[in-house]
Amino acid sequence: MQRILNNPDHIVDEMLEGFAKCHPDIVKRVFPSEDNARGVVAAREGCVPGTVGVVTGGGSGHKPAFIGYVGKNMCDAAAVGEICSSPTALAFLDAFRAANGGQGVACLYGNYSGDNMNVKMAVKMAKKEGIAVKTVIANDDVASAPKDQREKRRGVAGEILMWKCGGAKAALGGTLDEVIAAAQKAVDLTRSVGIGLTPCTLPAVGHPNFEIKDGTMEVGIGHHGEPGIEVCPLETAGQMAKRMVDIVVPDYPFRAGDETVVLVSGLGATPLMELYVLFNEIEKLLKERNIRIYKSYVGNLFTSLDMMGATLTIMKVDEEMKPLIDLPVNCAGWKQF
Amino acid sequence: MEYVLNKNGRGILLSMVRAIQENKAYLGEIDGLIGDGDHGMNMNKGFSVYAETLGENETSVSDGLYDLGTNLLNKIGGSMGPIYGTILLHMSEQAEDVERIDLPQFIKMLESGMEGLYEIVDARPGDKTLVDTLYPALAALKAAEGAGKSFTVALEDMKTAAETGKESTRNLAAKYGRSARLGERSRGFLDAGAVSCCIILKAMASSMQKQMEDEDVPDSDWL
Repeated sequence: MQRILNNPDHIVDEMLEGFAKCHPDIVKRVFPSEDNARGVVAAREGCVPGTVGVVTGGGSGHKPAFIGYVGKNMCDAAAVGEICSSPTALAFLDAFRAANGGQGVACLYGNYSGDNMNVKMAVKMAKKEGIAVKTVIANDDVASAPKDQREKRRGVAGEILMWKCGGAKAALGGTLDEVIAAAQKAVDLTRSVGIGLTPCTLPAVGHPNFEIKDGTMEVGIGHHGEPGIEVCPLETAGQMAKRMVDIVVPDYPFRAGDETVVLVSGLGATPLMELYVLFNEIEKLLKERNIRIYKSYVGNLFTSLDMMGATLTIMKVDEEMKPLIDLPVNCAGWKQF
Repeated sequence: MEYVLNKNGRGILLSMVRAIQENKAYLGEIDGLIGDGDHGMNMNKGFSVYAETLGENETSVSDGLYDLGTNLLNKIGGSMGPIYGTILLHMSEQAEDVERIDLPQFIKMLESGMEGLYEIVDARPGDKTLVDTLYPALAALKAAEGAGKSFTVALEDMKTAAETGKESTRNLAAKYGRSARLGERSRGFLDAGAVSCCIILKAMASSMQKQMEDEDVPDSDWL
């Protein structure tokens, strides 16, 4: 393992220090409680008074998620966990405190057991302090459970579009219920799938803790190496795109004439060049189906440490969602003007 | 003696800490087979930080469980922080203001821990989680009480039941937690949470048994 590291046990805190120093115009670290020495990452100006606070959080190793989506018109604060491990309940509570502008807090996060437990406890603790918190749980990963058990599906790169829409609604002055409704609608309109080409390595462990054999790829892999639905020989970009489109499109289902947002994210170690090759193929397949692309994004937007591979996320948009997608944002991991 | 004094918590708490520290690598290995391999590291961190905070101080069982539980809850995160944090805080609450912890009292504590856990997780016996250790352990205590056994013997029964329960996870398919993604492929491996729960319960039981045994030996100065 050849990495840029000091002590691997301190990687999260050292990363946070560097992140805050690099983006002082966008974020600040705040420390609402002594027992959570790591603090939370908050938008530089904090939550605009009179608006709903938008919070997210999760384990580390998915950069730019989650802290990279804190900033103007998106998330107001993010709780930061260890690598691949949920933040504590206290960290979520601190994020609620940091994001609270008096109009309540929308906690928008992904469907993982640790996050579910810690958020649930943090919401209880917040209630005692008089902070009203409502939640939306992203479950866009089609491969992680059958459609009739959608509530069991994991959240992956579709979370970004949930933050985008929820954050925009809050910035436009929406009430807590309106922000929650917009974020939930974004989740309901979104489907994703991933393909992994190599495993990822936790820096403190030093070796991959699962295997993807050379010459193979895993379709439907999760962001922590959760097993997918099929391991098959490595394919061309065109064949990969077809697999992904064939899983994502029928699940919603996206139909001819639909307008969509298409987001292709690398999993961390795949060069951007290859992601554009993949997007090119996906665009062709969607065009064949007469599914229109309203807006598209390609990048390492929600990663899994050093895994090679990509996720495809498609979201249907209507006249209500378009302005939320279009609103400018200024975050470290996402800029839109 | 058929009880331990609540105020003598230090030995019991430290025996739990030592058991986790000694099994750090083992827990990591087990978790690496079907989980993400960080269970030993996280548990060790939470328990060790507690031991550092305790330092040379005495503690009661109830305060010790509260402090350890709060530590896990506030400093570990993941799933294990809230799971063990909740169990220990509920156990602590039941022991608050109690002078003696006897069999009925210990059953109350563990039962409350179990109830607290059920409030935050959907897992039940047979789902390949720590519930498969905790549930039979509690059942064994209750059975021993029903049979009129002593606290010491009841704790021995609990240790055996915890061990059997932990071993039962080997033949189960995971339904909750990260290994649930493996489903059928998780058969043949122990669940890391069931193992750590077994380690903690056995350490706790042995330490209480030892305290009761020591108390039964007449103080040599008196002879």
